[in-house]
Amino acid sequence: MTIAAGFPDGLAPGQAGLSRAACAHCGARLAPGQGEFCCTGCSGAHALVRGLGLDAFYRRQETAAGTLRPPEALSTDFAPHARATSPGTMELDLIVSGLTCGACVWLVEQALAAEPDVVKARASLSSRRLTVAWRGEARRANDLASLVARLGFKVAPWSPACLRATEDAEGRALVRALGIAAFGSMNVMLVSIAVWVGTDMEPATRHLMHWLAALIGLPTVLVAGMPFYRSAWEAIRAGRVNMDLAVSIGVLATTLMSLSETFRNGDYTWFDGATSLLALLLAGRVLDRAMRRRARQAVAELLALQEGTVALRLSDGTTRAVPAESVRAGDFLLVAAGERLRLDGVAEEAVTLDTSATTGESVPRILTPGEALAAGAVNMGQPFVMTVTAAAKDGSLAQLARLLERAEQGRGRFVSIADKAARLYVPVVHVIAAATFLGWWLGVGVSWQAALVPAVAALIVTCPCGLAIAVPAVQVAAVGALFRRGVLVASPTALERLAGADHAVLDKTGTLTEGHPELIEDETLDPELLREAAGMARASRHPLAQALVRACPDAPALPGVREIPGRGLVRGSLRLGSPDFCGLGEDQGSGMTLVFCVAGEAPVIFRFADRLRGDAGSAVAELQALGLETELLSGDGAGAVEAAAAAVGIGPWEARATPAGKARRIEALRAAGRHPLMVGDGINDAAALSLAHVSVSPGTGTDLAQAASDIVLRGEGLTALPAAVRVARMAQRLARQNIVFSLVYNVVAVPMAVLGFVTPLIAALVMASSSIIVIVNALRAGKEASA
Amino acid sequence: MNALVFLVPAALVLGLLGLALFLWTLKSRQYDDLDGAASRILFDDDLPRKDKR
Repeated sequence: MTIAAGFPDGLAPGQAGLSRAACAHCGARLAPGQGEFCCTGCSGAHALVRGLGLDAFYRRQETAAGTLRPPEALSTDFAPHARATSPGTMELDLIVSGLTCGACVWLVEQALAAEPDVVKARASLSSRRLTVAWRGEARRANDLASLVARLGFKVAPWSPACLRATEDAEGRALVRALGIAAFGSMNVMLVSIAVWVGTDMEPATRHLMHWLAALIGLPTVLVAGMPFYRSAWEAIRAGRVNMDLAVSIGVLATTLMSLSETFRNGDYTWFDGATSLLALLLAGRVLDRAMRRRARQAVAELLALQEGTVALRLSDGTTRAVPAESVRAGDFLLVAAGERLRLDGVAEEAVTLDTSATTGESVPRILTPGEALAAGAVNMGQPFVMTVTAAAKDGSLAQLARLLERAEQGRGRFVSIADKAARLYVPVVHVIAAATFLGWWLGVGVSWQAALVPAVAALIVTCPCGLAIAVPAVQVAAVGALFRRGVLVASPTALERLAGADHAVLDKTGTLTEGHPELIEDETLDPELLREAAGMARASRHPLAQALVRACPDAPALPGVREIPGRGLVRGSLRLGSPDFCGLGEDQGSGMTLVFCVAGEAPVIFRFADRLRGDAGSAVAELQALGLETELLSGDGAGAVEAAAAAVGIGPWEARATPAGKARRIEALRAAGRHPLMVGDGINDAAALSLAHVSVSPGTGTDLAQAASDIVLRGEGLTALPAAVRVARMAQRLARQNIVFSLVYNVVAVPMAVLGFVTPLIAALVMASSSIIVIVNALRAGKEASA
Repeated sequence: MNALVFLVPAALVLGLLGLALFLWTLKSRQYDDLDGAASRILFDDDLPRKDKR
């Protein structure tokens, strides 16, 4: 939604009709009493933009409200990611999250170009990739990255996964083939139309025309058809039948028949049919691929933002930020408060870890010295030194990733509706074509070349076209519409599988709940005290401090706050920290409280809990209304799970489920003939996600869970899930309609072709009209989704 | 029919020229950022240019 667009900054009208209700930088709604900005970060960003003379940005900005709020601080060291391109020039690739409109691209490029040493800054809106080159040292990378961050964009190093998602050699080959096919079909048509219309043409001229058509058509068919031939060949080798095989046989048979007609100077050649068929199908495939590439890029972007470096402690006691992959077993790592463990290890002291991502427990756990610490947990206590027990490639995360790969291969058995149709269609059509050929040749007694014409006409009129485009067209429309709603469909058959799901298994922590602590609202809390505490909390990255800041986002950061790591914050006589730190005695194990004390006054206690998502209840109710049975499967304790199940209204629940237990439950459901939809976010859900019929993970989920999922929900909340199920079902219905429609077309067209009434002109009309009707029908899938 | 001797090759050469141009645009990665290109055309170029020395 656009709030500030079209208005000078500061004068944007608010939704509630107040004079100044939106932050002048990020457009977030302002709390009463706030000036122009929602936070100090935005105020700084605004000053920066104005200082650079780039305030035209605010008139064109089209970002969603609140997305451009500058992050607190950069935690990654970008210098190792810079690479020297030529002597004295460094280059850095970044992924820039929040880069959603043309004005953002302009702002980022101009702001970087204003730096004196920057020689090139180029951002890509589609892939969110920013390439910046400068003269000087690698260290400048951090300044440049933080400049972009200060404008309000989240930055992360461009990862190999992003590159894989963007660099799409196969997609480029498809576009090239499309270009060649389009050129070929248009030029063949130029000749063909002359033949169609020129009935009084002399035989010699017609022969020339046929040879011209062959000259253009043959290379086109050979080059542009390669993607189909390759896929058909793979199918044959695997002993399967697919739509590409039907397309390949149709196109090649048409070409051979046309060649034979060219040699004997028949009435018509059919090169136009073969080439335009290829062009139409390639256009569909290019669109389909572009749509899926966008989804893959968005997933890679989410993953890149989670990657980071670890602090390696060197023998001289100093620390250095290095990528997690370079750490070996036996190295020492410094784990800061609030940091996520990226490697397995052991600590020599007792540590408090939030293990919600690895086990699903919502309350932090205290681990005794020497106990194994699993990667994925978040340090909720003080910083500690960890001895790494396994390098990244041998650790628990890598083992799980290998398990997932194996499970992924097992899922390849799913047969899509298009392939099902092809299995029926291919043998039937080819038997009809063969029978037509034999009938005319042996039955009627015409020459074999003449008998070839009606046989091939039957092949091309049944037109793999309508059928081959029937399902992809629906997919493109539905996946595109879902993408706009923040549902990323990464797997080609995910929508079909989602439509068939009849049993939803949901995880609790991070899926039904927010997955991070939130302040429990308390009427007795003094808002002024909360504001003051939140202002102090800004100085810390501890998850509870961050939760306090979220509860009161407009609190300005207070100066002079000192952090005593793992214990609390001190500012003069003010103290904010663990109960122990504020003299209230030992915390009773929950680890989910902060105490704020002002000298001489009674201490104020802030309690935190992992809150249910606001729309969890309605999303579950909608799923049930759609006919899905729901169940809750959590690794958390029975009390918390029961409370969540009751609040959300979800059916049977199971607490203390281990990762293996979750996977077993999914397998049991499948064995019982159900089609389970698994929704989960944690490392402990990954195995279950990859075993399920179809799997969904929220955008806040761990990278492993997202990699194991077919669908990722990018936005906050679960409302998009039932909507996705509805769109998937609609898409499935439309795909069936399209297939039925193509078949009906054939019932009329095939007998005409078999009897020899079809000319290339009629074939072209049939092909184009059936494709158009199928595409128009498919567009309804997109309409349904945005309604 | 003599016209065909000129017109057909001319049409083909023009078509091939178009194809070659398309393949060049593809190769020089002009289709990589379609969304960006759509809005880039609206950027103002009248900003104070910095000296790149």
